[in-house]
This record gives sequence, C-alpha cells and structure tokens, in this order.
Amino acid sequence: MTPTKSCPADRAAVQPDARPINRRTPLHRLRERTRSPLSMALFLLVMLAAIATLFVVFFLVVYILVMGIPHLTPSLFAWEYTTDNVSMMPAIINTILMTGLSLLIAAPLGIFAAIYLAEYARRGNRVVKVIRLAAETLSGIPSIVYGLFGMLFFVVALKWEYSLLAGACTLAIMILPLIMRTTEEALLSVPDTYREGSFGLGAGRLRTVFSIVLPAAMPGILAGIILAIGRVVGETAALIFTAGTVAALPKDLFSSVRTLAVHMYALSNEGLYIDQTYATAVVLLLMVIAINALSSFIAKRITGGRNG
Amino acid sequence: MSINKIKERGMQAVFLVAACVCILCVLLICFFLFANGLPAIGEIGVFNFLLGTTWRPSNDLYGIVPMILGSIYVTAGAILIGVPIGLLTAVFMAKYCPKKLYKIVSPAVSLLAGIPSIIYGFFGLVVMVPLARELFGAFGCSGKSMLTAAVLLGMMILPTIITVSESAIRAVPESYYEGALALGASHERAIFFTVLPAAKSGILAGVVLGIGRAIGETMAVIMIAGNQPVIPESIFLGVRTMTANIVLEMGYAADLHREALIATAVVLFVFILLINFLFSLVKRRQNV
Repeated sequence: MTPTKSCPADRAAVQPDARPINRRTPLHRLRERTRSPLSMALFLLVMLAAIATLFVVFFLVVYILVMGIPHLTPSLFAWEYTTDNVSMMPAIINTILMTGLSLLIAAPLGIFAAIYLAEYARRGNRVVKVIRLAAETLSGIPSIVYGLFGMLFFVVALKWEYSLLAGACTLAIMILPLIMRTTEEALLSVPDTYREGSFGLGAGRLRTVFSIVLPAAMPGILAGIILAIGRVVGETAALIFTAGTVAALPKDLFSSVRTLAVHMYALSNEGLYIDQTYATAVVLLLMVIAINALSSFIAKRITGGRNG
Repeated sequence: MSINKIKERGMQAVFLVAACVCILCVLLICFFLFANGLPAIGEIGVFNFLLGTTWRPSNDLYGIVPMILGSIYVTAGAILIGVPIGLLTAVFMAKYCPKKLYKIVSPAVSLLAGIPSIIYGFFGLVVMVPLARELFGAFGCSGKSMLTAAVLLGMMILPTIITVSESAIRAVPESYYEGALALGASHERAIFFTVLPAAKSGILAGVVLGIGRAIGETMAVIMIAGNQPVIPESIFLGVRTMTANIVLEMGYAADLHREALIATAVVLFVFILLINFLFSLVKRRQNV
C-alpha cells in the first residue's frame, strides 16, 4: 500500500475507489455485482445455498426440541420399561454400556494400529498399503452391511445370539477406521523434535511413544474417540440384527439389549407412541449435540495450545 | 538390556498385529457375506436374481431390479439436491463467510453430520411426508415417495459434500484467486471460473463419498420411502432400496428368502466397493 503514497501522480491517475484487489470491502464487491448480472446471480445462489443449509440444521433441531420437550415426563425415565410408560431409561443405560464395551475393544486396537502406522511403518511398505486400503474400505461400508455381517458371524457362527457383546463387537469394527485415522493424524501432528529429544536422552522407541508422543497427541486422540462415541450412540441399522430389541437391562454380556436409537426406531415403527418418540428424539439429539460440542471443544484446545 | 530389546520387539509385533486387525475384518466381512450370499444367487439363478423385476418371496420370485433401481434413483436424486447446495455452501464458507459467522456455520455443519439417521428419518416422517402429501397429493403422492427420500438423503449428504469441498477449495493457492482479480474478474468470476476448476478433483471426491453415504443409508430411507418392491413409475410413488429390503424382511425371513436378502447385501457391498475404488482413483489423480 505504501508505494502509492510515495507517488502522487499515480494516485491521481487511478480511480478514487481503487484499492489493493485483495482488500476490497463488501461494498466494492456489491458495486461490481450490480454491473455484472452473472456475478449477481452467482452471489445470490451462494447466499441462498448457505441459508438453505443453515435453515435445515436449525429447523431440524428446533422442531425436534419444540415438539419433544413438552413430552419429557418423569414416567419416561422410570427404571422399568413397560408398554404403558415406554420408559427410555433402560435404553439409555444400554447405550452407555454398548458405547463403553465397543470402545473397550476398538480404542486399544485403533490406537495401537495408528501407532504402528505413524511411528513404526516405513514409507512404501507393502503391508502398510494394504492396511490403509483395508481401513479405507471399512470406513466406506454402510452400517447395514456391518449389521448383516455381525449377524452372520457373531450371532450365528459364534452362537452368541442377539447380545450386547455381538452388538459391541460389530460396532467396534465399524468405528475402528475412524479411531485409527484420527489417532494417526494426532500422532503425525506431534513435532519430530519431541521424538528426537527423547531419543537424544537415550529413550528407546517404545518409551518415546508411550511417554512422549502419546501424551502430546492425547487431545487429538480423545476428540476422535468422542466422535466414535457419537457414531455408536446414533447407530441403528448395525444393531437391530446383532443386539436385538429387548428393552431391559442386560443380565450379562449375552443378553439382548436395545440402545436409545434402536428404541426410537421401535417406538416410531409401532406408531402408537408419537409423543414419546418425540421425547426420545430430544434425548438422543441432546446427547449427540453434547458429544459433538465436547469433541470440537477438545479439538480446539489442541490447536489453541499449540499456537500459544 | 536384552529385556528391553525383547520388550521393544514384542510391542512392535503387538502394534503390527493391531494394525492387521482391519485387514482381517475386511476379509471376514467379504468371506461371510459372499459365502452366505453367493449360493443363493446360484440357486435363484444369476439372471433371475440380478435381472428379475419381481420380488415376491412367497412365490419364490427373487428379482432385485426394483431395489437396485430404487437405490440408484434415490441416490441420484440426493446427489441432484445435495451437490449444488453443498458445493455452494462450501464456497460460502471458504470465500464469503465472515469470521464471526463462521463460528456458527462450521459447528452447524458438523452437527448436521452428527445427527443420527434415525432422527433424520423421524423428521422426514413427521414433517416432510405430510408436506409432500399436501403439495403433490394431486399426482397420487401419498407422502412416502421417492421424492421425499431423495430430498431427505440430499440433506443428509450435505455435511459430507460441504466439508470435503471446503477443504478442496481452501487447498487452492490464493494466487489463483488474486491472479483472476488482477485480470479484472469479479469476486464471483474469480471463484467460479478459476478456483473451483482448480479444486475439481477434490470436489469430485466429496461427491463420490456422498454417493457412498446415500446408497448405504438405511434407517432414514426405510421410514419415508414407502418401500413398495416395484419399479417406480414416477417420483411421487414409493420405492424400496436395497438397504431397506434387507432390514424390512430380515426379521422374519427363512431359508432361501433369508439367503436372498444376504445376496442383496452382497450386491450392495459390490456397489460400495466400486464406489470406494472410484474414490481412491479420484483421490490418486488429486495427488498427482
């Protein structure tokens, strides 16, 4: 910007509203648009699309909340499920159990796999290529195919029947690629100087990974795990044929259970409990919003910490 | 010292094994699906199964053309609705959005990605189905129709398209945009005629990912698509997708019927593998 100042003759020659092209104000752009119909049309389309997207989000959330919150009655949170109160309490507890169990399986596997990919594997390694291809394939498979596989493998072939364990194993496979990818990204974002410093002090590879790299990558890993929790909480199709639809607390790992999302599907399928379905939707939606917010809060703290 | 070495080697092996678990999972999934589905296709006959237009398990007629077409139609509709809106929203987020507004828009989009499909389905059932009945009742639309399903799926793939396209647009060097401006292009011209073409392959990858999500979606579609196993004659009539076919009938199916459903999943799985392959192809071209 300074050159124009030192050269008054040039400044007189340019138009009064001329500015560096990357510093134009919205007003300048608007003036430009009035001259070109194409620009105007494209601008309006962009704005329309953005408004449409925002409208979809807010309308969906607000609609569910407004319709559902008045129906949140204490009887919906009774400990026992009956056809009278259609309580969602057992389903909520089952959801927590299901989430915990599937994370117990998937989190160590996913984190270890990511450690291998990020810390041990050499570039261009054949095995690594196959692992990445497999992870990519897994992340593209729709949940109903997981559900069917879980039914064929865990429920039928291993004779676990419809059970908490079969559902959790199916979900664990489903969230494995997500945990692997987010963990690997978190590990790769740890600066190499950390590792070099650790090696320089005489630590082995294993110690470096566990006491230096993993703690530094923890927020990123956590954010990924919380995203995975969100997927488990909202999952329906993969659970109907693996965990079943019994609306009671499980006696052991091999009892059939119904999570909150499956519970909501069952309710809306029966069609007799629309009000209660709204209420269930509210609880499910609030859970998902909270989980999402937590994940992005933690993810933001990583970048904030690094800049500061 | 040697104990340390054993520990190092041992843990490295553990990590490798953990990493290989996902290969094992893919193999297991392939094996169990194909082992259970292919015999049924053989028994029904490849042509009767893949080209048959009647699905009537009670008469031992297992033609899945209606379901394949249903999936393709609904996915195409979703792409038609989701891609333009998603792409333009991505342009908005990358090139128009003020920082303060971005703090609202970005979480809103990720929330859209996080909402469970069952809630989308329920929303479609209580809001969009009555609306479609009201608007298009004259065309014989009962509300649950291909149109409703396509619109809802279009909404559901929005976040996928938006996030992938946005990062593709942001990856284009700023100099492209500035160069276009310097040549006298307006803000819009610079974006739509220089930045977007440069981000083409990234956007395409997002679209392919969206196709994968739409074709695999189950619970939302089941609640609003009507689920009639016939080839739909208009967009105002009900359709049944492959995913819906599996969930609807698996609960009570037995013998050949059950295997035919698993075979449906095999066909779906092959579709997904093809889409995945396409995706990695697009991505590879992007890297070159």
